[in-house]
Amino acid sequence: MAALISRLQDNRNVLGLVFLVPAALLLLVFLTYPLGLGTWLGFTDAKIGRPGVWIGLENFEYLWGDSVTRLALFNTIFYTSVASVIKFALGLWLAVLLNKNLPFKATLRAIVLLPFIVPTALSALAFWWIYDAQFSVISWALTRMGLIHQYIDFLGDPWNARFSTIAANVWRGVPFVAITLLAGLQTISPSYYEAASLDGASPWQQFRYVTLPLLTPIIAIVMTFSVLFTFTDFQLIYVLTRGGPLNATHLMATLSFQRAIPGGSLGEGAAIATAMVPFLLAAILVAYFGLQRRAWQQGGKDA
Amino acid sequence: MTAAHETQAGVAAGRAVVDTQGMNYLTSLPRRVVTVWVPLSVFVVVLLFPFYWMAMTAFKPDAELLSRAANPFWIHSPTLAHVKHLLFETAYPSWLWNTVVVSVVATVISIFCSVLAAYAIERLRFRGSRYVGMAIFLAYLVPPSILFIPLATMVTELHLFDTRLALILTYPTFLIPFCTWLLMGYFKSIPLELEECALIDGASRLQILIRIVLPLAVPGLISAGIFAFTLSWNEFIYALTFISSSEVKTVPVGVVTELVEGDIYHWGPLMAGALFGSLPVAILYSFFVEYYVSGLTGAVKE
Repeated sequence: MAALISRLQDNRNVLGLVFLVPAALLLLVFLTYPLGLGTWLGFTDAKIGRPGVWIGLENFEYLWGDSVTRLALFNTIFYTSVASVIKFALGLWLAVLLNKNLPFKATLRAIVLLPFIVPTALSALAFWWIYDAQFSVISWALTRMGLIHQYIDFLGDPWNARFSTIAANVWRGVPFVAITLLAGLQTISPSYYEAASLDGASPWQQFRYVTLPLLTPIIAIVMTFSVLFTFTDFQLIYVLTRGGPLNATHLMATLSFQRAIPGGSLGEGAAIATAMVPFLLAAILVAYFGLQRRAWQQGGKDA
Repeated sequence: MTAAHETQAGVAAGRAVVDTQGMNYLTSLPRRVVTVWVPLSVFVVVLLFPFYWMAMTAFKPDAELLSRAANPFWIHSPTLAHVKHLLFETAYPSWLWNTVVVSVVATVISIFCSVLAAYAIERLRFRGSRYVGMAIFLAYLVPPSILFIPLATMVTELHLFDTRLALILTYPTFLIPFCTWLLMGYFKSIPLELEECALIDGASRLQILIRIVLPLAVPGLISAGIFAFTLSWNEFIYALTFISSSEVKTVPVGVVTELVEGDIYHWGPLMAGALFGSLPVAILYSFFVEYYVSGLTGAVKE
């Protein structure tokens, strides 16, 4: 018996499974099962406190015709694409700046990452106060400079609100993009730049033909993460606008929350959440296949 | 001959040790100020301004807050009234305590599960470990905003609604995938020979994990721990959905849902709440910046 136990202990297949048990148990119960349950709920008319019955595609048909849901889909795509492009551009710029030989390099890097590590809900509150219609400090400053004559209604007007929430999202997302891209930049050997500058390449050419191609793989990963986080964003909108004004800033996630929890229609909310999955899968697949091609071009193994 | 060697050695040493200039000599000082320092300062000021604003508002008396005449960037007569209100007239202290309890327990559970899982996947290399590794990575990509509705129904069925246990059990769903992925990277960097030696000396796998691998992976454990703690501290949507009584709420949810009363916004207490809810993670982060950054970049580079 003891021999059997000790033999099992040395068998890596048995031991591997034993070691996996705690993590697998938690993930299967609280991640895989709810993922399936959520998809199923999307096909039912479940309400809070009442288990639903299967109603097929009815939720999706209703939502497709629902103008608020369509608006939320538009908002989500608009929010994700505009914020991601700005985050990429500013993040890359900041990464390149931080990659210069600067004094206080470590301190600067630490400061830059700060917006990313504090609770988003709390920094969003600060933005809410900065965007206040009556006491906004931005309006105050612009008025003093004589640029505007009345205070800007940052969150009260649909398009102002869209761009204000995007600005807050960019503020929080740029540090992540910058710091991860900086890590990528630091792996590029300086000798490439020395060679390029000896060949007479201008700084822009060095960036375009040395930095960018070598950075592409990490850009793909970072931007996939960034797009996923932005597409499923919830807290920022919940704190700043709750989806208003006139649903102009409702994202799929906030609409799904509103329909399911305060609204009580679990089935409908779950259907909206399920409708986000194809978009997320598309983003992941684009990044995955994009990366595979890069790896192959650079002589890497087919992974 | 020797002179040439010396110069070469000098150049090499200079590059290795004190290469603070790099190819800077190619750009003149004024140009460098305009292309590097000006944009960098703008970035830093914009990124830090909301925190400055939180701090200013938290200690500014109401009269100054609601006046358009005074210079808003400075406090003329600082006050602790907002902080006092926050500490003694709201449930803020118990939100802080809840957040600490939930974050610490969820972090400990997640690190325990992740260490075992990462070691099994990376080092035991059991049959199918590659697919389990892929599955863990995919699990990391599942966003909480898709899971909160089914989880809410599960939490209610399990009679966990409105308890801290609901959060302690659900936070590991996003912590374990991240920590496992991060630790796999660290375990990979530990030489396999060390383990082989120990195996030959008759150590069991568990002994190897505890006595050899874990001590060498301490930086990875710190990274994973800091990350897990910060992510739990910042979590919002689960805490918002699964908790309804004030005394069980976490700081982010408590501040957002309880301190916003009606149409009159009490900006002072609100910003004080945001400031003191951000400070713990900011302080923790400042002590472990290097671990945090290496965790973040390591997880992305894998």
